[in-house]
Amino acid sequence: MDQISIYIILAAVFGLLMAWGIGANDVANAMATSVGSKAITVYQAIFIAAIFEFAGAYLAGGSVTSTIRKGIVDSLYFADNPDLLVFGMLASLLSAGIWLFIASRNGWPVSTTHTIVGAIVGFAAVGVGMDAVKWGKVGTIVMSWIVSPLLAGTIALMIFRSIQRLILDTDKPLDNARKYGPVYIFAVVFVIAMLTMKKGLKHLSLDISTGESFVYAIAVAFVFAIIGVFLVRRVKVDPDADLNFHYANVEKVFAVLMVFTASAMAFAHGSNDVANAIGPVAAVVSTVTTGGVLQKSVLPTWVLLLGGGGIVFGLATYGFKVMKTVGQKITELTPSRGFAAELSAASTVVLASFTGLPVSTTHTLVGAVLGVGLARGIAALNMRVVGNIFMSWVVTLPAGAIMSIMFFYMLKGIFAP
Amino acid sequence: MPSYLTNLFGRSPVRPLQEHMTKVYACVTQLTPLFEALVANDQEKIKEVRQDISAMESEADELKWELRNHLPTGLFMPVDRRDLLEVLQMQDKIANQAQDIAGLIIGRRMTLPEQMHESFLVYGRRVVDACKQALKVINELDELVETGFRGAEVERVQDMINELNAIENDTDKLQIKLRDMLFELEDTLRPTDVMFTYRLLESVGNVADLSQRVGSRLQLLLAR
Repeated sequence: MDQISIYIILAAVFGLLMAWGIGANDVANAMATSVGSKAITVYQAIFIAAIFEFAGAYLAGGSVTSTIRKGIVDSLYFADNPDLLVFGMLASLLSAGIWLFIASRNGWPVSTTHTIVGAIVGFAAVGVGMDAVKWGKVGTIVMSWIVSPLLAGTIALMIFRSIQRLILDTDKPLDNARKYGPVYIFAVVFVIAMLTMKKGLKHLSLDISTGESFVYAIAVAFVFAIIGVFLVRRVKVDPDADLNFHYANVEKVFAVLMVFTASAMAFAHGSNDVANAIGPVAAVVSTVTTGGVLQKSVLPTWVLLLGGGGIVFGLATYGFKVMKTVGQKITELTPSRGFAAELSAASTVVLASFTGLPVSTTHTLVGAVLGVGLARGIAALNMRVVGNIFMSWVVTLPAGAIMSIMFFYMLKGIFAP
Repeated sequence: MPSYLTNLFGRSPVRPLQEHMTKVYACVTQLTPLFEALVANDQEKIKEVRQDISAMESEADELKWELRNHLPTGLFMPVDRRDLLEVLQMQDKIANQAQDIAGLIIGRRMTLPEQMHESFLVYGRRVVDACKQALKVINELDELVETGFRGAEVERVQDMINELNAIENDTDKLQIKLRDMLFELEDTLRPTDVMFTYRLLESVGNVADLSQRVGSRLQLLLAR
């Protein structure tokens, strides 16, 4: 077998492994609020996740993938010896996969995104040279890790306040939930449809202008809002349920709305996190097939399919188990809170996906949940977990980097002694 | 391999607080049979009820400790942790007070002058009403969390607290009436008995007073 095929096969295997890991563990975190609020069952969540993770990865995963592929390292620097880029990307995939495996075994709140970015920066800066890293872009990415949870928290706070204003704090919360529910659905679908058409469908070679995509997005959102009207009407009101807890029936309406936000969340996660697995694969493939480091190579569709498929495979083989524990362990979350948190987290992540910024979906979701908490909406939040998440930042970046440097020299030793 | 996001959501203190108050109220309702037995001078029955009250008081105590132990400092809650613990403490005092009343009646082998019987029973029932209203207020806490402590629900709770204050006011008036009666009868009774009967009236009133304070503590939680 020739060298090129070996590289491609290795990249595909490592990438698939990484995608499997994301599906096995990360997806459960992204879906945690949906399952935890009992708005949807575990099986429904798996079904939704499988479809929308794949759709997000395939339709909208391109921008972040290209950032991971060629935004962090300076391609010009590798022009003379493209092999180094191949070894580095393979090493990054391997180290990220191993680190994530260790971390999820121990229940550490580690972000897939942070791991892979740390790994790529590590091999490039130490293995190749400080100038091989586009530090400006890396700075932007790190900033986005701070901004995305803050932004999601702010949006969640505003969404929850609007829910209070329009629904919960009124004299007729149930009537108002039915009235405004479809409006929220419209908003969710519009954001996702707009951004998908605007930026995501490039590789399907559809040419849509901004004006057209605006009109299409409104049309799609409108259709879903109408479907929402029917679904919300079908919610059976149980007067007995309101005797103990006066908002039981209102929450039923939110449970219906959450099917939409759960789908949006899975879509957002797929669009952002698939890049962590396939960004390096794409880098390897484009380097070896063109024989050099080309800036303008197109992302092969099979790579996107590999990532999307790998995530769904991880979800089906292992992720559902994690999701079951999540469903059992979260007991104090009601659909209205999960709805506000997911709507804002999904919007923030989708926005990041289309600006090409690799953010951590889970950290963004945590930020959103805290935003709802700030609006006095959640009975108890464990701030130690939030502290641990920030601690894990400090550990993950060097851990990913050190391992990837190790693997980089190993691969270099094996293939190019 | 659990997901760390599950640990983000802490255990809500609301349900345990409500369970504690429910137990406290169950304890206080026993004052009614206790007072009926006192009026009927049925020592056996008094002893029996005292045991029930003690048992419930210690069950409430256990709930209290459990809630305290599950309220670590790292929790971010819509209510202040200290305010919440004060509500709990106030609830706890109600049960203690009920136990003290039973102890006082047994320890002094108390009887009441016949003229006071009817008014005393009315007084006792009204005091139990106050505790019931406090329970009702505490039971609104989950709805308050649901609405984020805003809007129509806050007004509803405000009304309940006003009602609680009105009930406590009633018990004050009834207490004054009973003290007047006792004052008129003072010369015909043993002085030590008189002293302790005054104390009994006061202790019973304290149950309503503490119930009212549960309400006003909760009002503090609303206004953060």
